[in-house]
Amino acid sequence: MTDWQTLTADLARHGYIAAPDLAMALHLSLALGRPLLIEGAAGVGKTEVARTLAAVKATELIRLQCYEGLDAAQAIYEWNYQRQLLAIRAAAEAGETGRAVEERLFSEAFLLERPLLRAIRRPVAPVLLIDEIDRADEEFEAYLLEILSDFQITVPELGTLAAVTRPMVILTSNGTRELSDALRRRCLYAHVDYPDRAAELAILAARCPGLPEQLAGQIVGFVQALRREDLDKKPGVAELLDFAAALSGLGINDLSGDPAALQAALATLLKTEADRAAVPAEVAARLAGKAA
Amino acid sequence: MSRVTRFAARDPGPAARVAGFMAHLRANGFRLGVAETETALAALAAVRAADPGEARTALKAVACGSAEDAGRFDDLFDAYWRNGGRVVQRAATAGAGSGRTTREGDGRASGAGRLHAPDDAGRGGTAEAAGEGRRVASRAQALMRRDLRELVSPQDIAAAEAVARRLGAALRDQRSRRRKAARQGRAIDLRRTIRASLATGGTPLRLARRRRPDRPVRIVALCDLSGSMLAFARPYLAFLAGLIRADRTTEAWLFHTRLVRITDALRDADTLAALNRVTLLADGIGGGSRIGGNLDRFARGPARQGVNGRTVVMILSDGYDSDPPAGIDQALARLRRRGGRLVWLNPLKGWSGYAPVAAGMAAALPHLDLFAAATTLADLAALEADLARL
Repeated sequence: MTDWQTLTADLARHGYIAAPDLAMALHLSLALGRPLLIEGAAGVGKTEVARTLAAVKATELIRLQCYEGLDAAQAIYEWNYQRQLLAIRAAAEAGETGRAVEERLFSEAFLLERPLLRAIRRPVAPVLLIDEIDRADEEFEAYLLEILSDFQITVPELGTLAAVTRPMVILTSNGTRELSDALRRRCLYAHVDYPDRAAELAILAARCPGLPEQLAGQIVGFVQALRREDLDKKPGVAELLDFAAALSGLGINDLSGDPAALQAALATLLKTEADRAAVPAEVAARLAGKAA
Repeated sequence: MSRVTRFAARDPGPAARVAGFMAHLRANGFRLGVAETETALAALAAVRAADPGEARTALKAVACGSAEDAGRFDDLFDAYWRNGGRVVQRAATAGAGSGRTTREGDGRASGAGRLHAPDDAGRGGTAEAAGEGRRVASRAQALMRRDLRELVSPQDIAAAEAVARRLGAALRDQRSRRRKAARQGRAIDLRRTIRASLATGGTPLRLARRRRPDRPVRIVALCDLSGSMLAFARPYLAFLAGLIRADRTTEAWLFHTRLVRITDALRDADTLAALNRVTLLADGIGGGSRIGGNLDRFARGPARQGVNGRTVVMILSDGYDSDPPAGIDQALARLRRRGGRLVWLNPLKGWSGYAPVAAGMAAALPHLDLFAAATTLADLAALEADLARL
């Protein structure tokens, strides 16, 4: 068994069924120390990879959720202004002045670590998940590039903080914006697609162990048929698991048996008004009948 | 060059062959440099390189940078390692220099415009230059291979650039959530204030301020260059070139029977060279028009990355479509849902007594934020006030 197969097996033991492409990319990213960029539709398990990897490596997961307007102060570091103000007042009372005060004010004691700084200052290498990088602005991407290539952060008042350990970096993107070539080149790349039937059954078996085999087959068949419909938001793996949980919560053992309950459980799969309208009870019943 | 040699004595070794493979990928539009080749070799060292399956997935993780790359990788891998490089040459010609153009094999013949140009029937305006059949071109087809340099002059582009800059400025809005240092801002910049207060013994006398900066709107322009639009190609192409030059975030696409991205070509610093590149890319100008099909392809493909709430999609077309009007309707609805604002500039609207009766135009109207006439550069310039109101 080679390294990446071991990794696949480890991931599977923690309930994540990875496609060969993804497992290999993950293995290489660990072996070469490169960040890994994962792209794919929403709900195919991009974020979950990082969480599972952290579990496999028995290390901490540091997550940076990107959003429009995210800036260095929230992602890298920020000075603790309140404490600085207090310290300045205290120093003034005590009659201290000059360089000593300034040096104390801009020391690491007054530095608030945000995810990126925290990730490189840990004694044990954590998994750093930079989620939905495409939502952050392009300026932020430039900050990120510096950190991803050098693993060091420059604080003007303090100097350069080098990495204690190199985190395992995983970036995810949904493709709301084209990422810069520089960022893409710095990363290894894996594209995650909706899993095929066998993989999805394996995921279901790993995550919802109590499910009867026949129902699991029906659920997977139903969701896969649903993905072939013309929907705005195709149900992902996360939705599939919710759906399975909802069905077992409703005590259903056969999808085509109870149309009303099926329609109710569809709330876990179809998340927009238009999609709900596109799959009325008859269509759902037909798809369920085919999946059976 | 990238052909795999079959003679053991001439085999330059695995590293050279991997380098050859990277060159092969590069020739097919992958963005790879020397650093990637190094990474590829390191990656192969980290797996069992002799196992084709492992080598394939390992190289895939290194070489691909987008979903599109990932989709093409397997074929290219087979072409290089499995087929003696036979497919290499042809694939290279088709892909060379085109960057990210969208080429579609289907729909070209079927979508030939029934509405206008009669010469559409015989066209098969395929992109590839290979193959003997292509050379036997009719006069009609020769006409379609129009050289854009005859249509647009560098002076036009310079004038259009000025107009485009003004329009771009008109579209600017202020919706950033991030704050930046500014002399007159509403919020106080604590970091700089504290820093400055050191000079005054910790009493913040001078307050530094921050404000929300303006956020420019991105423009994505889609220009119809089918037969019926050829008369307006001159101002429109100049306008596109101007738009592209005025702002580096602008994107431009052409469509007739196919959809072609011309952003990179138009960005060429040399105006004539830029037009030349567009001519090469946009083979088939003046052919049939498939507005619905192309807009739909745009809305489903590139728009997913390029269109969001801060985008204005500008469509330059007369709305005479050989596709069913439902196509336009759906495509525009899809674009709308992405949050972009839609502007449709129709050269015919300026004519007296014009009514949007063309089925395609009628289908588009409900989705548009602005429907305006634009026949000349002056008309485009006059749109400034309308765009500012968007």
